[in-house]
Amino acid sequence: MSVASSDASSVSAGPGHTRWVRVTHWVLAASVLALAVTGFTILMAHPRLYWGAVGNDLTPALIELPVSRNYRHGGWEVSTPVFPDGGRAMSVIRTYDILNENSWARSLHFLAAWFLLVTGTIYLLAGLFSGHLRRDLIPRRSELTPRFVRDDVAAHLRLRTRPAPGGPPYGLLQKCTYCAVVFLGLPLMVLTGLAMSPAMTAAYPLLSGVWGGTQSARTIHFGVFVALMLFVVIHLAMVSLSGFRRQMRAMTFGKPT
Amino acid sequence: MKTGQVIISRRAILTGLTSGAGLLLAGCPDTQPPTYGNVLRMADNLTYRAQRLLLPRNSLAREYDRRDITSIPAIGTTNPADPHEEFYDAAGGAAYERLRSGGFADWRLTIDGSVTRPGSYSLDDLKHFPARTQITKHTCEEGWSAIAEWTGVPLRRVLEAAGLKPGARFVNFYAFDGNVDSIDMFDALHPQTLLAYGMNGRDLPIAHGAPLRVRVERQLGYKSMKFLHRISVTDEFYDPGKLGPLQNGWAWYVGI
Repeated sequence: MSVASSDASSVSAGPGHTRWVRVTHWVLAASVLALAVTGFTILMAHPRLYWGAVGNDLTPALIELPVSRNYRHGGWEVSTPVFPDGGRAMSVIRTYDILNENSWARSLHFLAAWFLLVTGTIYLLAGLFSGHLRRDLIPRRSELTPRFVRDDVAAHLRLRTRPAPGGPPYGLLQKCTYCAVVFLGLPLMVLTGLAMSPAMTAAYPLLSGVWGGTQSARTIHFGVFVALMLFVVIHLAMVSLSGFRRQMRAMTFGKPT
Repeated sequence: MKTGQVIISRRAILTGLTSGAGLLLAGCPDTQPPTYGNVLRMADNLTYRAQRLLLPRNSLAREYDRRDITSIPAIGTTNPADPHEEFYDAAGGAAYERLRSGGFADWRLTIDGSVTRPGSYSLDDLKHFPARTQITKHTCEEGWSAIAEWTGVPLRRVLEAAGLKPGARFVNFYAFDGNVDSIDMFDALHPQTLLAYGMNGRDLPIAHGAPLRVRVERQLGYKSMKFLHRISVTDEFYDPGKLGPLQNGWAWYVGI
């Protein structure tokens, strides 16, 4: 753990990032990057989202995303009813050669997911026992006053961000955002991801049941992905605004002693 | 198990971490498919070992109501006799065409390998086993899913009739379009793993694998192979090369 040695500079007032925070941060960042790229590749194979247990090209979509040549593709043979006595359910042969890179994308997605799960668990345990979560991440009661919230929101809207110390203490909105990612966004991704596993849901039906079905879980998985990508963009913007080189150094090498 | 060529250091670290974790979970590496030093296959095996270790053996996939049955796309090989298909085997295609024109009356399923009573079964033979009908969800790796009703004989019944030898560990399926793939005994002996000859109340349509396909309800759709003509039981993992998933870049185990 690095120790604050110089309080002379106004921008290095904090203790800096401890070593385990720096290591887990970069492993998680790499995992999220790999998950985002492969996840989007997987989405391109079937850019339709549904609500409920099931959905396919022959059933109505909730959202259709124009993200690959598979978007509203044609190439379907004449449909035949799935029941001997007719009815609305159809079976149709697909003749269109879809874009599908899921062979490597799926396996790389799950490799990165393992890293996210293991590193995320280490982060949460270390954060709990070191006091990092309580001390640095969770907003204090004294900060959660309307006046404090209003001031921090106003400062951000005017882009009046001061050079940051490269580590805690964090601002109020910063704390709230990190908490949303750590306690809400990433756990939601893991849970909705597992809700799409046929082996996991056979063993624990509630995994997909709580979301209203596997396809609902897939749609939420995509929604949280969008929210997390929005976080990454804003996070990088704030890092840049508060001194990109110093922030990168602080997160990589820690506080210079 | 053949492991890694020396690659870049980052990959070597990943390799070490995942194979280490894999070994930790597995204990005995010859029970998993080979990785050929590919880090993606190591991650697949880690998921495989973890799910086998943590998930109960006989938990059933959810079964639905008849009114829940949905429309279903037919993809992959939809006619093994068509030389324009992505997967086509000339001999298999010709045999399929001949059998189909005879209404599959001459079709037989061969069972060989690590069994005490190897032999073959006609469709009627299979229909004389106690049948099971289940309405389940078919989940495609592409991202879509559909619900259909499947009727057939539990694979377990047929394997018991053929007499599994004590060392038997994998069940390999051979299809008329040339595809070969396998499942382990955990899935093969599962009560919902069917050799299905019926779909939605009638004979299995050609596009969905006539005359016989397997249903593996706790894995993704591509493990439920269509157009079967041979089942071979092996004591060790058999890699069919370009005819199977591994050498085409796909995961062998897809319970996720």
